[in-house]
Amino acid sequence: MVELVLPKNSRVTKGKHHPAPAGAKKAKTFRVYRYDPEGNENPRWDTYDVDVEHCGPMVLDALIYIKNEIDPTLSFRRSCREGVCGSCAMNIGGRNTLACTHGWEEVPGKDVQISPLPHMPVIKDLVPDLTQFYAQYASIEPWLHTETPEPQKEWLQSPEDREKLDGLYECILCACCTTSCPSYWWNQDKYLGPATLLQSYRWLIDSRDEATGERLDALEDPFKLYRCHTIMNCAQVCPKGLNPAKAIAEVKKMLVERVV
Amino acid sequence: MVSYRTPLGRARGLGSAKHGAGHWVSERISSIALVPLVIWAVYGVLRLAAGDYGFAVHWVQQPLNATLLVLTLAISFWHMQSGMRVVVEDYIHKALTKSALLLLNLFVCGLAGALAIFSILKVALGGA
Repeated sequence: MVELVLPKNSRVTKGKHHPAPAGAKKAKTFRVYRYDPEGNENPRWDTYDVDVEHCGPMVLDALIYIKNEIDPTLSFRRSCREGVCGSCAMNIGGRNTLACTHGWEEVPGKDVQISPLPHMPVIKDLVPDLTQFYAQYASIEPWLHTETPEPQKEWLQSPEDREKLDGLYECILCACCTTSCPSYWWNQDKYLGPATLLQSYRWLIDSRDEATGERLDALEDPFKLYRCHTIMNCAQVCPKGLNPAKAIAEVKKMLVERVV
Repeated sequence: MVSYRTPLGRARGLGSAKHGAGHWVSERISSIALVPLVIWAVYGVLRLAAGDYGFAVHWVQQPLNATLLVLTLAISFWHMQSGMRVVVEDYIHKALTKSALLLLNLFVCGLAGALAIFSILKVALGGA
Protein backbone atom coordinates (compact mmCIF):
# COMPACT_ATOMS: atom_id res chain seq x y z
CA MET A 1 0.00 0.00 0.00
CA VAL A 2 0.92 3.60 -0.38
CA GLU A 3 2.56 4.92 2.78
CA LEU A 4 0.63 7.96 3.91
CA VAL A 5 2.70 8.60 7.03
CA LEU A 6 6.42 8.31 7.56
CA PRO A 7 7.72 5.19 9.32
CA LYS A 8 8.52 5.75 13.03
CA ASN A 9 12.27 6.10 12.56
CA SER A 10 11.81 8.65 9.77
CA ARG A 11 9.53 11.11 11.60
CA VAL A 12 11.23 14.48 11.69
CA THR A 13 11.77 15.93 15.16
CA LYS A 14 12.58 19.44 16.35
CA GLY A 15 16.31 20.08 16.14
CA LYS A 16 18.86 22.63 17.26
CA HIS A 17 18.53 26.38 16.85
CA HIS A 18 21.58 28.38 15.78
CA PRO A 19 21.00 32.09 16.48
CA ALA A 20 22.49 34.84 14.33
CA PRO A 21 25.87 36.21 15.46
CA ALA A 22 25.68 39.27 17.73
CA GLY A 23 25.57 42.45 15.69
CA ALA A 24 23.83 40.89 12.64
CA LYS A 25 21.55 43.58 11.18
CA LYS A 26 19.29 41.47 8.98
CA ALA A 27 18.72 37.78 9.76
CA LYS A 28 16.75 35.20 7.80
CA THR A 29 15.79 31.84 9.29
CA PHE A 30 16.54 28.64 7.34
CA ARG A 31 14.88 25.39 8.48
CA VAL A 32 17.08 22.56 7.25
CA TYR A 33 16.40 18.80 7.28
CA ARG A 34 19.18 16.98 9.10
CA TYR A 35 19.83 13.25 9.18
CA ASP A 36 22.93 11.51 10.42
CA PRO A 37 23.17 7.88 9.23
CA GLU A 38 25.78 7.07 11.90
CA GLY A 39 23.54 7.87 14.86
CA ASN A 40 20.33 6.14 15.86
CA GLU A 41 18.35 9.34 16.06
CA ASN A 42 15.39 10.37 13.93
CA PRO A 43 15.89 13.12 11.34
CA ARG A 44 15.38 16.65 12.70
CA TRP A 45 14.71 20.20 11.58
CA ASP A 46 17.65 22.46 12.52
CA THR A 47 17.09 26.20 12.28
CA TYR A 48 19.81 28.65 11.34
CA ASP A 49 19.49 32.43 11.57
CA VAL A 50 21.69 33.59 8.70
CA ASP A 51 23.21 37.07 8.63
CA VAL A 52 22.02 37.73 5.08
CA GLU A 53 24.03 40.95 4.75
CA HIS A 54 27.12 38.73 4.56
CA CYS A 55 25.69 36.09 2.26
CA GLY A 56 24.92 35.89 -1.47
CA PRO A 57 21.42 35.99 -2.96
CA MET A 58 20.88 32.30 -3.70
CA VAL A 59 19.77 29.48 -1.41
CA LEU A 60 23.08 27.75 -2.17
CA ASP A 61 24.94 30.86 -0.94
CA ALA A 62 23.03 30.57 2.34
CA LEU A 63 23.84 26.85 2.65
CA ILE A 64 27.53 27.52 1.99
CA TYR A 65 27.41 30.34 4.57
CA ILE A 66 25.85 27.95 7.12
CA LYS A 67 28.49 25.28 6.44
CA ASN A 68 31.41 27.75 6.57
CA GLU A 69 30.30 30.01 9.40
CA ILE A 70 27.79 28.18 11.59
CA ASP A 71 27.72 24.39 11.29
CA PRO A 72 30.38 22.45 9.33
CA THR A 73 28.50 19.16 9.87
CA LEU A 74 25.84 20.07 7.29
CA SER A 75 26.08 17.95 4.10
CA PHE A 76 24.80 18.86 0.65
CA ARG A 77 25.90 18.36 -2.95
CA ARG A 78 27.02 21.30 -5.06
CA SER A 79 29.42 21.93 -7.88
CA CYS A 80 28.94 24.44 -10.68
CA ARG A 81 26.80 27.00 -8.77
CA GLU A 82 25.21 28.12 -12.06
CA GLY A 83 22.44 25.65 -12.93
CA VAL A 84 24.50 23.45 -15.24
CA CYS A 85 25.52 20.42 -13.19
CA GLY A 86 22.28 19.63 -11.35
CA SER A 87 24.07 18.59 -8.15
CA CYS A 88 22.29 20.94 -5.73
CA ALA A 89 18.73 19.82 -6.55
CA MET A 90 16.68 19.87 -3.33
CA ASN A 91 13.24 20.75 -2.02
CA ILE A 92 13.13 24.44 -1.16
CA GLY A 93 9.98 25.96 0.28
CA GLY A 94 8.03 22.85 -0.74
CA ARG A 95 9.24 22.89 -4.34
CA ASN A 96 12.01 20.90 -6.01
CA THR A 97 14.56 23.18 -7.60
CA LEU A 98 18.27 23.97 -7.81
CA ALA A 99 19.62 25.78 -4.75
CA CYS A 100 22.14 27.66 -6.92
CA THR A 101 19.61 29.34 -9.21
CA HIS A 102 16.85 29.93 -6.65
CA GLY A 103 17.05 33.15 -4.62
CA TRP A 104 16.14 32.85 -0.92
CA GLU A 105 14.08 36.03 -1.26
CA GLU A 106 11.93 34.25 -3.89
CA VAL A 107 10.80 31.64 -1.33
CA PRO A 108 7.31 32.54 -0.06
CA GLY A 109 6.72 32.63 3.70
CA LYS A 110 8.82 33.87 6.61
CA ASP A 111 11.34 31.05 6.87
CA VAL A 112 13.08 29.11 4.12
CA GLN A 113 12.53 25.37 4.55
CA ILE A 114 15.01 23.05 2.86
CA SER A 115 14.78 19.26 2.64
CA PRO A 116 16.26 16.62 0.32
CA LEU A 117 14.49 15.59 -2.91
CA PRO A 118 11.28 13.85 -1.81
CA HIS A 119 10.65 10.12 -1.56
CA MET A 120 14.25 9.05 -2.10
CA PRO A 121 16.48 7.27 0.41
CA VAL A 122 18.56 9.85 2.29
CA ILE A 123 22.31 9.29 2.60
CA LYS A 124 22.92 12.28 4.89
CA ASP A 125 21.16 15.64 5.45
CA LEU A 126 20.34 17.04 1.99
CA VAL A 127 22.06 14.26 0.05
CA PRO A 128 19.62 11.75 -1.51
CA ASP A 129 20.57 8.34 -2.91
CA LEU A 130 20.05 8.63 -6.69
CA THR A 131 21.38 5.15 -7.60
CA GLN A 132 18.02 3.94 -8.95
CA PHE A 133 17.50 7.19 -10.87
CA TYR A 134 20.84 6.87 -12.67
CA ALA A 135 20.33 3.13 -13.28
CA GLN A 136 16.96 3.86 -14.90
CA TYR A 137 18.65 6.43 -17.11
CA ALA A 138 21.30 3.84 -18.08
CA SER A 139 18.56 1.28 -18.81
CA ILE A 140 17.26 3.29 -21.79
CA GLU A 141 20.73 3.15 -23.40
CA PRO A 142 21.14 6.90 -23.88
CA TRP A 143 23.54 6.83 -26.80
CA LEU A 144 23.26 6.64 -30.61
CA HIS A 145 22.31 3.17 -31.89
CA THR A 146 23.21 2.48 -35.52
CA GLU A 147 23.77 -0.50 -37.81
CA THR A 148 24.76 1.36 -40.97
CA PRO A 149 28.59 1.44 -41.13
CA GLU A 150 29.91 4.65 -39.64
CA PRO A 151 30.46 7.45 -42.16
CA GLN A 152 33.98 8.77 -42.82
CA LYS A 153 33.17 11.96 -40.96
CA GLU A 154 30.18 12.74 -38.75
CA TRP A 155 26.57 11.47 -38.96
CA LEU A 156 24.75 14.23 -40.81
CA GLN A 157 21.57 15.87 -39.57
CA SER A 158 19.52 18.66 -41.16
CA PRO A 159 19.02 21.87 -39.17
CA GLU A 160 15.27 21.00 -38.97
CA ASP A 161 16.01 17.57 -37.48
CA ARG A 162 18.52 19.11 -35.07
CA GLU A 163 15.82 21.54 -33.91
CA LYS A 164 13.70 18.59 -32.75
CA LEU A 165 16.24 18.02 -29.97
CA ASP A 166 15.71 21.52 -28.55
CA GLY A 167 13.91 21.40 -25.23
CA LEU A 168 15.30 17.88 -24.67
CA TYR A 169 19.10 18.07 -24.84
CA GLU A 170 19.18 20.80 -22.17
CA CYS A 171 18.13 18.31 -19.44
CA ILE A 172 20.84 18.15 -16.76
CA LEU A 173 19.43 15.08 -14.94
CA CYS A 174 19.04 16.93 -11.64
CA ALA A 175 16.04 14.68 -10.74
CA CYS A 176 13.82 17.63 -9.70
CA CYS A 177 11.04 16.43 -12.05
CA THR A 178 11.26 12.73 -11.32
CA THR A 179 11.19 13.16 -7.54
CA SER A 180 8.26 15.60 -7.75
CA CYS A 181 6.10 13.03 -9.55
CA PRO A 182 3.53 11.17 -7.38
CA SER A 183 3.51 8.28 -9.85
CA TYR A 184 7.27 7.96 -9.27
CA TRP A 185 6.80 8.16 -5.48
CA TRP A 186 4.42 5.17 -5.49
CA ASN A 187 6.03 3.04 -8.23
CA GLN A 188 9.68 4.04 -8.57
CA ASP A 189 10.76 0.41 -8.73
CA LYS A 190 9.05 0.08 -12.12
CA TYR A 191 8.04 3.50 -13.46
CA LEU A 192 10.93 5.21 -15.28
CA GLY A 193 9.91 8.74 -14.27
CA PRO A 194 9.81 12.00 -16.24
CA ALA A 195 13.57 12.67 -16.59
CA THR A 196 14.37 9.23 -18.00
CA LEU A 197 11.32 9.34 -20.28
CA LEU A 198 12.29 12.79 -21.59
CA GLN A 199 15.73 11.37 -22.35
CA SER A 200 14.10 8.36 -24.07
CA TYR A 201 12.24 10.75 -26.35
CA ARG A 202 15.47 12.63 -27.02
CA TRP A 203 16.82 9.41 -28.64
CA LEU A 204 13.50 8.39 -30.23
CA ILE A 205 13.28 11.68 -32.12
CA ASP A 206 16.96 11.79 -33.12
CA SER A 207 17.03 11.48 -36.93
CA ARG A 208 20.40 9.67 -36.78
CA ASP A 209 19.24 6.85 -34.49
CA GLU A 210 18.32 3.51 -36.10
CA ALA A 211 16.78 1.76 -33.07
CA THR A 212 13.50 3.68 -32.77
CA GLY A 213 11.41 0.49 -32.91
CA GLU A 214 13.47 -1.33 -30.28
CA ARG A 215 13.40 1.75 -28.06
CA LEU A 216 9.59 1.91 -28.35
CA ASP A 217 9.36 -1.84 -27.62
CA ALA A 218 11.34 -1.33 -24.44
CA LEU A 219 9.10 1.53 -23.31
CA GLU A 220 5.70 0.03 -24.11
CA ASP A 221 4.86 -1.22 -20.66
CA PRO A 222 2.01 -0.48 -18.24
CA PHE A 223 4.55 0.60 -15.61
CA LYS A 224 7.72 1.84 -17.32
CA LEU A 225 5.78 4.45 -19.37
CA TYR A 226 2.05 4.34 -18.71
CA ARG A 227 2.22 5.22 -15.00
CA CYS A 228 2.42 8.82 -16.29
CA HIS A 229 -1.05 10.24 -15.71
CA THR A 230 -0.13 13.78 -16.88
CA ILE A 231 -0.03 15.14 -13.34
CA MET A 232 2.36 17.82 -14.72
CA ASN A 233 4.46 18.40 -11.57
CA CYS A 234 7.49 17.66 -13.75
CA ALA A 235 6.83 20.60 -16.06
CA GLN A 236 6.03 22.85 -13.08
CA VAL A 237 9.31 22.29 -11.27
CA CYS A 238 11.92 21.83 -14.04
CA PRO A 239 14.60 24.41 -13.19
CA LYS A 240 15.63 24.49 -16.87
CA GLY A 241 12.07 25.28 -18.00
CA LEU A 242 11.68 22.01 -19.94
CA ASN A 243 8.45 20.06 -20.35
CA PRO A 244 8.95 16.33 -19.65
CA ALA A 245 5.15 15.78 -19.69
CA LYS A 246 5.05 16.90 -23.33
CA ALA A 247 7.94 14.58 -24.23
CA ILE A 248 6.09 11.67 -22.58
CA ALA A 249 2.92 12.57 -24.51
CA GLU A 250 4.99 12.46 -27.73
CA VAL A 251 6.25 8.97 -26.84
CA LYS A 252 2.64 7.83 -26.28
CA LYS A 253 1.71 9.36 -29.65
CA MET A 254 4.53 7.42 -31.37
CA LEU A 255 3.23 4.18 -29.84
CA VAL A 256 -0.27 4.92 -31.18
CA GLU A 257 1.16 5.83 -34.58
CA ARG A 258 2.67 2.34 -34.73
CA VAL A 259 -0.69 0.62 -34.44
CA VAL A 260 -3.15 3.02 -36.10
CA MET B 1 18.96 -9.66 3.51
CA VAL B 2 21.54 -7.66 1.59
CA SER B 3 20.89 -7.62 -2.15
CA TYR B 4 23.92 -7.79 -4.42
CA ARG B 5 21.84 -7.23 -7.54
CA THR B 6 23.34 -4.41 -9.60
CA PRO B 7 21.40 -1.14 -9.90
CA LEU B 8 21.03 -1.68 -13.67
CA GLY B 9 19.68 -5.19 -13.14
CA ARG B 10 17.15 -3.81 -10.67
CA ALA B 11 16.15 -0.94 -12.97
CA ARG B 12 15.60 -3.31 -15.91
CA GLY B 13 13.55 -5.62 -13.68
CA LEU B 14 11.42 -8.07 -15.63
CA GLY B 15 11.78 -6.02 -18.82
CA SER B 16 9.05 -4.51 -20.93
CA ALA B 17 5.61 -6.12 -21.08
CA LYS B 18 5.45 -4.87 -24.72
CA HIS B 19 1.84 -3.86 -24.29
CA GLY B 20 0.01 -0.93 -22.76
CA ALA B 21 -0.69 1.16 -25.85
CA GLY B 22 -3.90 -0.81 -26.45
CA HIS B 23 -5.19 -0.09 -22.95
CA TRP B 24 -4.28 3.59 -23.34
CA VAL B 25 -6.10 3.81 -26.70
CA SER B 26 -9.17 1.96 -25.38
CA GLU B 27 -9.43 4.39 -22.45
CA ARG B 28 -9.46 7.32 -24.88
CA ILE B 29 -11.88 5.73 -27.36
CA SER B 30 -14.36 4.82 -24.62
CA SER B 31 -14.12 8.37 -23.19
CA ILE B 32 -14.87 9.90 -26.59
CA ALA B 33 -17.72 7.47 -27.25
CA LEU B 34 -19.27 8.24 -23.86
CA VAL B 35 -19.53 11.99 -24.54
CA PRO B 36 -22.45 11.76 -27.05
CA LEU B 37 -23.88 8.64 -25.40
CA VAL B 38 -24.13 10.25 -21.97
CA ILE B 39 -25.68 13.43 -23.39
CA TRP B 40 -28.23 11.23 -25.18
CA ALA B 41 -28.85 9.18 -22.01
CA VAL B 42 -29.50 12.31 -19.91
CA TYR B 43 -31.96 13.52 -22.55
CA GLY B 44 -33.62 10.07 -22.53
CA VAL B 45 -33.96 9.99 -18.73
CA LEU B 46 -35.53 13.47 -18.74
CA ARG B 47 -38.08 12.30 -21.32
CA LEU B 48 -38.84 9.13 -19.34
CA ALA B 49 -39.30 11.14 -16.14
CA ALA B 50 -42.04 13.14 -17.85
CA GLY B 51 -44.02 10.04 -19.00
CA ASP B 52 -45.71 7.05 -17.34
CA TYR B 53 -44.67 3.34 -17.10
CA GLY B 54 -46.21 2.38 -20.44
CA PHE B 55 -44.39 5.20 -22.18
CA ALA B 56 -41.08 4.08 -20.64
CA VAL B 57 -41.55 0.47 -21.81
CA HIS B 58 -42.50 1.65 -25.29
CA TRP B 59 -39.45 3.94 -25.36
CA VAL B 60 -37.02 1.17 -24.37
CA GLN B 61 -38.55 -1.12 -27.00
CA GLN B 62 -37.60 1.25 -29.84
CA PRO B 63 -34.62 -0.42 -31.63
CA LEU B 64 -32.48 2.73 -31.64
CA ASN B 65 -33.16 3.47 -27.94
CA ALA B 66 -32.47 -0.13 -26.88
CA THR B 67 -29.24 -0.27 -28.89
CA LEU B 68 -27.97 3.06 -27.55
CA LEU B 69 -28.86 2.04 -23.97
CA VAL B 70 -26.91 -1.22 -24.32
CA LEU B 71 -23.92 0.63 -25.81
CA THR B 72 -23.96 3.30 -23.09
CA LEU B 73 -24.02 0.71 -20.32
CA ALA B 74 -21.47 -1.64 -21.90
CA ILE B 75 -18.98 1.15 -22.61
CA SER B 76 -19.55 2.79 -19.18
CA PHE B 77 -18.79 -0.42 -17.30
CA TRP B 78 -15.80 -1.16 -19.52
CA HIS B 79 -14.50 2.37 -18.94
CA MET B 80 -15.09 2.06 -15.18
CA GLN B 81 -13.18 -1.22 -15.10
CA SER B 82 -10.24 0.32 -17.01
CA GLY B 83 -10.07 3.32 -14.70
CA MET B 84 -10.34 1.35 -11.46
CA ARG B 85 -7.66 -1.01 -12.73
CA VAL B 86 -5.20 1.88 -13.08
CA VAL B 87 -6.02 3.12 -9.56
CA VAL B 88 -5.36 -0.35 -8.09
CA GLU B 89 -2.11 -0.70 -10.05
CA ASP B 90 -0.98 2.74 -8.88
CA TYR B 91 -1.56 2.31 -5.18
CA ILE B 92 -1.60 -1.39 -4.25
CA HIS B 93 1.79 -3.06 -4.19
CA LYS B 94 1.31 -6.40 -2.41
CA ALA B 95 1.02 -9.02 -5.17
CA LEU B 96 -1.82 -10.99 -3.57
CA THR B 97 -3.93 -7.96 -2.57
CA LYS B 98 -3.36 -6.42 -5.99
CA SER B 99 -4.42 -9.56 -7.89
CA ALA B 100 -7.46 -10.02 -5.65
CA LEU B 101 -8.60 -6.40 -6.14
CA LEU B 102 -8.02 -6.54 -9.92
CA LEU B 103 -10.14 -9.70 -10.13
CA LEU B 104 -12.83 -8.21 -7.89
CA ASN B 105 -12.91 -5.07 -10.04
CA LEU B 106 -13.25 -7.12 -13.23
CA PHE B 107 -15.96 -9.38 -11.80
CA VAL B 108 -18.03 -6.60 -10.19
CA CYS B 109 -17.93 -4.44 -13.34
CA GLY B 110 -18.64 -7.49 -15.51
CA LEU B 111 -21.57 -8.61 -13.38
CA ALA B 112 -23.09 -5.13 -13.09
CA GLY B 113 -22.70 -4.53 -16.82
CA ALA B 114 -24.15 -7.93 -17.77
CA LEU B 115 -27.13 -7.46 -15.42
CA ALA B 116 -27.83 -3.98 -16.79
CA ILE B 117 -27.66 -5.14 -20.42
CA PHE B 118 -29.80 -8.21 -19.72
CA SER B 119 -32.43 -5.99 -18.08
CA ILE B 120 -32.58 -3.69 -21.11
CA LEU B 121 -32.89 -6.67 -23.45
CA LYS B 122 -35.62 -8.22 -21.32
CA VAL B 123 -37.75 -5.08 -21.56
CA ALA B 124 -36.87 -4.46 -25.21
CA LEU B 125 -37.53 -8.02 -26.42
CA GLY B 126 -40.00 -9.46 -23.96
CA GLY B 127 -42.43 -6.65 -23.39
CA ALA B 128 -43.44 -6.02 -19.80
